[in-house]
This record gives sequence, structure tokens and C-alpha cells, in this order.
Amino acid sequence: MSDPVQTTEPRVVLSARGLGKDFSGFTAVNNVNLDVHHARIHALIGPNGAGKTTVFNLLTKFLPPTRGRITLLGTDITKMSPDVVARMGLVRSFQISAVFPHLTVLENVRVALQRPAELHIQFWRPMKSLEVLNGRAEVLLNDLGLMEYRDTRAADLSYGRKRVLEIATTLALDPEVLLLDEPMAGMGHEDVHMVSDIIREVAQHRAVLMVEHNLSVVADICHHVTVLQRGEILAEGDYETVASDPRVRTAYMGSDA
Amino acid sequence: MADQSRTADMTPTAAADAPAPRRGVTMLLVVIGLVLLIAAPFYLYPVFVMTLLCFGLFAAAFNLLLGYTGLLSFGHATFFGGSAYFTAHAAKEWGWPPEFALILGVLGAIGLGLVMGAIAIRRQGIYFAMITLALSQMFFFACLQMPFTHGEDGIQSVPRGVLFGLIDLDQPLNMYFFVAAMFVFGLAAIWRIVNSPFGMILKAIRENEQRAVSLGYSVAQYKLAAFVMSAAFAGLAGGLKALVMEFATLTDVTWQMSGEVILMTLLGGIGTMAGPVVGAGVIIALQNRLATSDFPVTIITGLVFMVCVMLFRRGIIGELMESRLGRMLGLR
Ligand SMILES: Nc1ncnc2c1ncn2[C@@H]1O[C@H](COP(=O)(O)OP(=O)(O)OP(=O)(O)O)[C@@H](O)[C@H]1O
Ligand SMILES: [Mg+2]
Repeated sequence: MSDPVQTTEPRVVLSARGLGKDFSGFTAVNNVNLDVHHARIHALIGPNGAGKTTVFNLLTKFLPPTRGRITLLGTDITKMSPDVVARMGLVRSFQISAVFPHLTVLENVRVALQRPAELHIQFWRPMKSLEVLNGRAEVLLNDLGLMEYRDTRAADLSYGRKRVLEIATTLALDPEVLLLDEPMAGMGHEDVHMVSDIIREVAQHRAVLMVEHNLSVVADICHHVTVLQRGEILAEGDYETVASDPRVRTAYMGSDA
Repeated sequence: MADQSRTADMTPTAAADAPAPRRGVTMLLVVIGLVLLIAAPFYLYPVFVMTLLCFGLFAAAFNLLLGYTGLLSFGHATFFGGSAYFTAHAAKEWGWPPEFALILGVLGAIGLGLVMGAIAIRRQGIYFAMITLALSQMFFFACLQMPFTHGEDGIQSVPRGVLFGLIDLDQPLNMYFFVAAMFVFGLAAIWRIVNSPFGMILKAIRENEQRAVSLGYSVAQYKLAAFVMSAAFAGLAGGLKALVMEFATLTDVTWQMSGEVILMTLLGGIGTMAGPVVGAGVIIALQNRLATSDFPVTIITGLVFMVCVMLFRRGIIGELMESRLGRMLGLR
């Protein structure tokens, strides 16, 4: 899986050109150009309401863009539907934790595994037939420290653990491009560390685009940072470049973030 | 201890879907149910029990959609009543044996389900309910106009026929056990669908549709599949009812019938296997009781509905499972 040619610039797997979104007259996102690279962690930061989540919704096709084009792995996906895009290898997590609350932790992860394993339309087979997926699910649960909650209903987990479960579920799909919307919001210190490590590890052979408010995490693990303000790109580059940009400093001082 | 089962992918893990005591209790309840089903015609009026079974199956089919997929259809009378017409017509006018007449009814319901589902499925919540209602009203008017339904008169004196060329369904007990067998088959099939890999995806969609989409599931297709399956079982129930009552009329395609099945399901408990059947039993028994009195049935069912909404939202079976007794038995 890992790319032997590490010396060359990693290839672009997801790109947006002139991306824009209007909500009944209000421009939430405007003229955003973005290149997400294989084996790189790309941060999308910006004050509240900057349009980060909207960009995610556009890239994953949960919202149709008003303007612009999106390319995934060389294919124009601008007009595709979100489930198709997900099957092509672009998988997202949600800002508001998205788990299946009445399913157990194990079942949550298994739901993600069912589709690639072709175990999702068999209405005539017993639930037991899903147990072949337990092994893979449990490896993920172990990696993310969720094994002791294996049979707990997701609704009964703490907020931070729900986020971790969502990441486990997302990783179960082994996606080519991973979009994480504030994956560490609401997590305790230890979990932030664990999840940072995991993101760094999985990014060795896939692209990661993440929205993150915790700037020390961004400084720590992200190769590239894009700053969004009022729907437009304000600055771009590695963390040092962006952090020393006076416009970025004002943008952050001027808001509560 | 955490590492027990991660060695091989194929090793099933110790904890199955349901813990052992719960399994035992469920099995026991199923056995009791089967015993009651076998004993019932010797103590109660068979046609009454058969009617109850037909509506129980209808409600269970409806629950497959509402309880396990999260879609509220307000048009299920179309499949129930539509299949009743098809079955009755095939049995009476074409002289088909009951098994083929029923199959035709179910296929008809599937066809109607595909059409209604394809149109309604992309809408959410109340819009979905409204579209199914509108389409079922169109079907009602079609039934009113089409000659084969005989309009207000309906299809009368439908022959029950001879099952597989062997079993004379005019014998009350033969008919009863045929209906009981179809009821058990229908419920078992619904149970299997709910507790299958496909059922798991339905649950996931009901729980968090956006998340299911983001995991790559084409949600609309699963919903449509569930809709058509629900229509098929509703059709089976409707066809059976036509054979039981020996007639098919407009009553079964009215919006009131669509409402009644919602009431039965809510009353018994959505998302439970036994709930819709129990709900159907209560409503049918009430209607049976009040049929001979002057008291208007609709007022009573309306009151039942209000009590249900205000006092036990989970329905009879739902509340029972949540109660201390239910928890003790591990039913929750
Ligand atoms: N569906 C929608 N309809 C109308 N306006 C919307 C919609 N979604 C987002 N917006 C608006 O677009 C702007 C950008 O919102 P978005 O959620 O993308 O911001 P964000 O950068 O993710 O903020 P946060 O850091 O708070 O998550 C906001 O002003 C928001 O009110
Ligand atoms: Mg956001």
C-alpha cells in the first residue's frame, strides 16, 4: 500500500477549483481552490462560521455547489451523489458526532464493514452471518481503545468516545481520502493524543483533510494549512507561514476562536 | 480478555446478538404464542381469529416500514385492499386455486408498492406520508371506477377453493390452519428481514441517515426495498382476508384503513415484533364488541388512540418491555 516514491511531491487526490456556495443570496463559500495530497495531512482552519463545514459538504457532495468543479482521483465528481463519492473512497466524519445511537459499538463499526464485504443486502440471512466481520472490527476497536465498550450502545458512550467511535467507523472503510470535521472537539487530553497519533499513522497511505480548532494539534500533525475566512481563502502554506501571517492573526483576534 | 477473539477473522465471538436469558424468554413466549394460535379456533369463533390474524400480519408488515425503517406511510390500504381485490378476482372470475390467487395478490401489491415507493421514497417525514396518502386516494378512486371491483358492491361470494388441489378450505378448521400458517410464515419472514444484514442497514439508516450515506449506502434503494417488502406482506394479509371473508370491498382501500393500521401499530408498540399483532387484536376485538351496539366505533378508536399517545407512547408491548417485569425477564 505505501508509496515507494516518497521523494517526489505526493500526488493530488482531491481538488477543488473555484468552489462556491450561495444560500439564498448569502455567499457562504466563494472561489475556494484546494488541493489535497496523498499521504499528507491538510488542515482547514478559520473562525466560526467561516464556511469550513460547508466546504466539507460541498466536497463530499452533501450539498450541490453553486459554482466550481471538484475532482477526486482524476474523476470529475461535481455532479455525483454523496453515496457514490463515498464508495469511490472519499469518506467524511461529521462535526456533530454521527454514530448510530441504538447500535452497539461493535455494530457501528460493522455497519461500515458490511458494504465492502458485500454483506448488506442479504435479507434472508441471519444476523450471525455478520460475525465474520467481528475480527476486523475488533482490531479497530482495540487500536482506538474502545474494546471495553464493544457491546455498549453508542448512545451510552461519553461525548469524546462517540467521536472516537465515529473515527473508528470512518477508518473501517479504509478510505483513500479522509475528511474529518473537528475530530477532536470535546475529547479529553489523552484521547486527543491518541487520535492525533492515529491520524498521523493512517495518513501514511491516504490523504487527510481536517477541520481543527486546536491549533497545537494543527501545528503538531498537519503538513499544510488553509485558512478560511468569510467563505474565502485567506492564507495558505505550512503552519509557520500561516501562523506568522498578520492577516491570519487579525482574523483570529477579531473572533472568539 | 480483550484479545480473545481478534486472532482469526472467522471465529465468532462469545457474545451473540442477544444475551442467553433473553433468548430463553423469547423462545418461551414464541412457544406460548404458537400454542394459543393452535388452541384458539376451539375456543373462539374461527372467522374472528382469522380476521385478527390478517390484521395482525398487516400491522406487522406496516411496522417493518415504520418501526424498522422509520418511514410513515399513509397509504398502506392500497396494498392490503388492492391485493384483496386481485385475489378475489382471480379466485372468483378466473377460478384460480387459492394459492395462485394469493400469489397474484402479493405480486399486485409488490407492483403497487414499487410505483408508490419510487414516487414517495425521496421525500422525508410528513411529505412522504402526504404523497403516500395522495397516491392511495388515487388508487381508491381507480377502484371505485374500475369495472372489475364492482364499485360500491365489491366482489362478493369469493370461493375459498381447494388448496394445492388437496385441502378444502371451505372446512373452517382447514381454512383456519392455512391462515395461521401464512400468519406464522409472514411474521417469521419479517423477523428474519429485520434481523438480517439488510435489516442492520435499515436500522442504521433509521438511526442516522446522513451517516449511512457517508458510509456509501444508497439510502433510497434500501428504503425502496423495505417499502416493497412491507407492501408484499400487507398484500399477503389483504389477500388472505379476502379469502377469509369471502369478499373484497372498497373498505379495505380507504384512507381510514391506512389510518387503522397506523393506530394498531402505535397501540401495540412500534419497532417490536409482537406489538402490532397485539394492537391489531385490541382494535379488532373492540370493533367486534361494538359492532352489535349503537355506540360509534370511531369514537372509541379515537379515544384509544388518545390514551395511547398520552399514557403509553411506546405502545402496550413497548411499555411492557420497558417495565420492571420486562427488564427482569431481560426483554429490553
Ligand atoms: N444549510 C444552510 N443554509 C443557510 N446557511 C447556511 C447553511 N449552512 C451553513 N450556513 C451558513 O454558512 C456559513 C458558514 O457555515 P459553516 O457551518 O460552513 O461554518 P464553519 O466554518 O464550519 O463554522 P464552525 O467553526 O462554527 O463549525 C454560516 O454563516 C452559516 O450560518
Ligand atoms: Mg463547522
